[in-house]
Amino acid sequence: MIPEPYSSIINAIIYLLLAPVVGGLIAGIDRKVTARMQGRVGPPLLQPFYDVGKFFEKENLVVTTTQNFYALSYLVFMAVAGALFFSGGDMLLVIFAFTLSHIFLVLGAYASFSPYSHVGAERELIQIIAYEPMIIITAVGMYMVTRTFYVGSIVQSTTPVILYLPGVFIGYLIVLTIKLRKSPFDLSTSHHAHQEIVKGVTTDFAGPNLGRIEIAHWYEYVFLLGVVYLFFAWNPLIAVAAIIIAYFLEILIDNTTSRAKWQLTLKSAWLVAGTLGVINLGVLYYLRMVVP
Amino acid sequence: MQIVQLLLFLILFPLIAAIFLLFARKTFESGWIVKIASLGIGVVSLYLLAAGFDKGGISYAVSGWAIDLVMIIIELVIAVYLLYLGIRHRKYSAVILVLVQAALILWFEATYGHKIELSYNLFFDQLSIIMALIIGIIGSLICVYSLGYMETYHQRHPEIVDRRRMFFFMLFVFLSAMFGLVFSNNLVWILFFWEITTFCSFVLIGYSQTEEATSNAFLALSMNLLGGVAFAAALIYIATMDPSGRLLELNTLIYSGYVFAIIPAVLICFAGLTKAAQLPFSSWLTGAMVAPTPVSALLHSSTMVKAGVYIILRFAPVLMGTSEGLMIALVGGITFLLTSFMAISQSNAKRVLAYSTIGNLGLIVACAGVGTYNLMWVAILLMIFHAVAKSLLFLCVGTVENRIGSRDIEDMGGLIERMPKLAVMMFIGMAGMFLAPFGMIISKWAAIEAFTTAPFGLVFIVILAFGGSASLFFWCKWMGKILSVMRHQENVETGIRPEKWVVLYILTGLVVMVALIFPLISSTLIEPFVMQVYGETTRLAQANITIMLLMLGLLIIMPFSMLFSRKAPRIAPPYMGGMSTEGGMKYTGSMGISHDLVLSNYYLKNYFGEERLSMAGTLVCWGLILIAFIMIAGVIL
Amino acid sequence: MTYLAKSPWIIHYDASSCNGCDIEVLAALTPVYDVERFGIVNTGNPKHADVFLVTGSVNEKNREILKNTYDLMPDPKVVVAIGICATSGGIFRECYNVMGGIDKVIPVDVFVPGCAARPEAIIDGVVKALGILEAKRQAMNDRPAAAAKPAGDSV
Repeated sequence: MIPEPYSSIINAIIYLLLAPVVGGLIAGIDRKVTARMQGRVGPPLLQPFYDVGKFFEKENLVVTTTQNFYALSYLVFMAVAGALFFSGGDMLLVIFAFTLSHIFLVLGAYASFSPYSHVGAERELIQIIAYEPMIIITAVGMYMVTRTFYVGSIVQSTTPVILYLPGVFIGYLIVLTIKLRKSPFDLSTSHHAHQEIVKGVTTDFAGPNLGRIEIAHWYEYVFLLGVVYLFFAWNPLIAVAAIIIAYFLEILIDNTTSRAKWQLTLKSAWLVAGTLGVINLGVLYYLRMVVP
Repeated sequence: MQIVQLLLFLILFPLIAAIFLLFARKTFESGWIVKIASLGIGVVSLYLLAAGFDKGGISYAVSGWAIDLVMIIIELVIAVYLLYLGIRHRKYSAVILVLVQAALILWFEATYGHKIELSYNLFFDQLSIIMALIIGIIGSLICVYSLGYMETYHQRHPEIVDRRRMFFFMLFVFLSAMFGLVFSNNLVWILFFWEITTFCSFVLIGYSQTEEATSNAFLALSMNLLGGVAFAAALIYIATMDPSGRLLELNTLIYSGYVFAIIPAVLICFAGLTKAAQLPFSSWLTGAMVAPTPVSALLHSSTMVKAGVYIILRFAPVLMGTSEGLMIALVGGITFLLTSFMAISQSNAKRVLAYSTIGNLGLIVACAGVGTYNLMWVAILLMIFHAVAKSLLFLCVGTVENRIGSRDIEDMGGLIERMPKLAVMMFIGMAGMFLAPFGMIISKWAAIEAFTTAPFGLVFIVILAFGGSASLFFWCKWMGKILSVMRHQENVETGIRPEKWVVLYILTGLVVMVALIFPLISSTLIEPFVMQVYGETTRLAQANITIMLLMLGLLIIMPFSMLFSRKAPRIAPPYMGGMSTEGGMKYTGSMGISHDLVLSNYYLKNYFGEERLSMAGTLVCWGLILIAFIMIAGVIL
Repeated sequence: MTYLAKSPWIIHYDASSCNGCDIEVLAALTPVYDVERFGIVNTGNPKHADVFLVTGSVNEKNREILKNTYDLMPDPKVVVAIGICATSGGIFRECYNVMGGIDKVIPVDVFVPGCAARPEAIIDGVVKALGILEAKRQAMNDRPAAAAKPAGDSV
């Protein structure tokens, strides 16, 4: 095998190059399946790529030029965080790097001083603080089972992580709905036609900036589903199946629920983290203390 | 120059400068004295670093019964003065506490004072260097900043009596006392310097002599005195245990083992909790925000309150693995959680900073209370990062307040246009508080990883997960507020004195530099210290350090991307449903009346409101403290 | 073939229409006609849109809004006037407050007459507009990047 750290760097580069492609395909499958659920034909599979191609053909319309900086930073740090994950880095550092990139999106929305962007930014922040405890608990849970924070080691572990972390897994799926911006938790912005505050966070981004944000979302999809993989890493086939089932469930929930208010989002996410997540970890903790 | 001479210089030189300042006749004179004294203190602190970074754990004999006598006289004079003021303002709780403490100290001196002969009154190690740097560099920078600030302060508030000579006198006395506190090994001396800082805080909070300031000053006094009483009780207990006074030496006490040290440890850590304004004692710090901003920056965020956590850090080896330590750690943890929540609902900028300070101190207390070696490492890192970033934020808020006349976050909208340089500095300060790859998030990350191996660590991990998320919310919405571009705003950044700019630039640079060189700080100062105390040490993995430096580098070069855009962007107004935005953002209401657009942040007062949360926190933390006291009562019996 | 033609996002505005044409526009988005299979998405945000579908005869109150919405769309963009009211004012042409056709306010690329215009006609009009959109994009490519100068201050 290729020795460290070269294999990490190669993994990171593969991620940086392939993740947009994979993420875009996932987005395309998403739209196709959604359309079929709604009794429509739906767009071609490669539609997300056409969308992003179109964005870059448009004029760079901004409220302030700092928006270019914020959108680019969102993309760059999202890619860096994902690359960190796929190169096997420390899971907590990955989480904080992701938080950094999301902050740039929020700041970009604030920068435009528009009522829709502002409300979108506030809601986006509430979403971030809603899911963050749960994903930190996920990382700590993985540590407790595999004794390491490093993704590289977790992925090679032969322990069936999911058997020890069922509560954490369910909790993660619930906050995955928030992170994927799927109904009922698509408060700050959502794909396609679900308007409430126009487009929320992305209201005042246009053209190339919108393209960058979309590509950043693709990088994020690959990472989020990668975390699902980690729960089943001991058996790659089951892991891929789990990813497919999980994402299908997300699409199903998206199409069958309506948007929740931020109060419900925050409360339910924190409740889930506090109960499912903490109790799962507590049980693990106790077992490890009692059973050596 | 010998280290002990440097230590004595740092303790005595600010005192001399203070006396000169008290008698300086013209503002011009006092300005120069402040600048030269600050320069001296800063330079000597750095020299101390250079001379002493590789020396650990040395005790120095500086003795003299004269010193003890002088201390007692000063303590009594202050006590009498406080009694007089307390009675005059009818603050009887303070009066009672002063009397109790004076009685305890007098009894101590009478019974044990003359029997005690301590050889090693001063102590020096890497933690002392770190504290000395914080006091010496940040403290002196703030003193220089105060020159410009107080000038504007009195222009804006002509109704407040100009007592600047006393103000600067107190600032330098405070610096002197802080140096004394961190260099002392003799617990009696530590208590003396501790009470001097309490007194300085009391005088400085009440500087404006308004009703509000006076009552807040007395609140601070009462709570700190409560800690002081516990401290004095600890001294009496130690002397009762060992009348030779050997255990009054801090390093001896710490290494004497659980049975001897736990009771004084809990009592002194209680004093530390009051000084660090942990729940249930947080109201004095939030109330102290009425003081002029340099006071808030110096005493109530970077230095005096750090003395509280410093002493708890010293006792961490004693608390490690004990239930009493766990109680203290939980007080810190719950404080962190609840103050992070409460800060969300505050729109007063200084109050947000106060709650954030209390919360971060709580995190340090939690690390120290659990006390394993890696948590100790984290706690010191937290202390350094917090001192630098928070003082910058306080000074920025002070400058902004002087310019725009308000300290409400809602009035700081569009600051990036009105005061661009300050807005960027505030951005860096806030980033230092919650964004990767800056310091505080590194510390929180290291804390989570360290708590995984500590007993009952899971509780603290959950606290960190929720509290950390909450803190993200209030920092980011404030950040967004100042970075929003509202157009047609005039730049009001002119007219700020150069001294203030120098200080602000240096502090901003420090925030970035500390984030860059923290591995060096860790290997030079923190790791040797932890090694010496625990026999093992920890550090961040080299790969992670590289990654963080990469991220920091990216973050620094990213803004330059704005210079390279292929096509010039078209500037357009924000989307307002198609409404025209010529002449600003306005809505047309009914009857054709035009309303300006006002965008305000979410404060979520129903969820994160102060009243309910502080009541809950007060109850829980008093409960924890009482449990700790009951436990040590059990040890006695 | 540009990406614009494969992913035209529309924004739809009712400039004091009777809603007849609007219902037909929205009908085109339903599963019966399903224009999303052409990549068409109905976004309510002009900054994200390429094709501006306007119905209704413009009046004094909404001409400003029509103009602003049009200005907020990034180039290249096309406007499709749907229904006879948008084309020329329709049966309200003589009214005192009606401008009489949206081309009095913004440049129009395709007119789709009818009262109400049928979904098939609307889709046909949009397809024509896509051709014009492509041509505009090609023209933008041929002209160098100084297509639009920044107006106002920039931060």
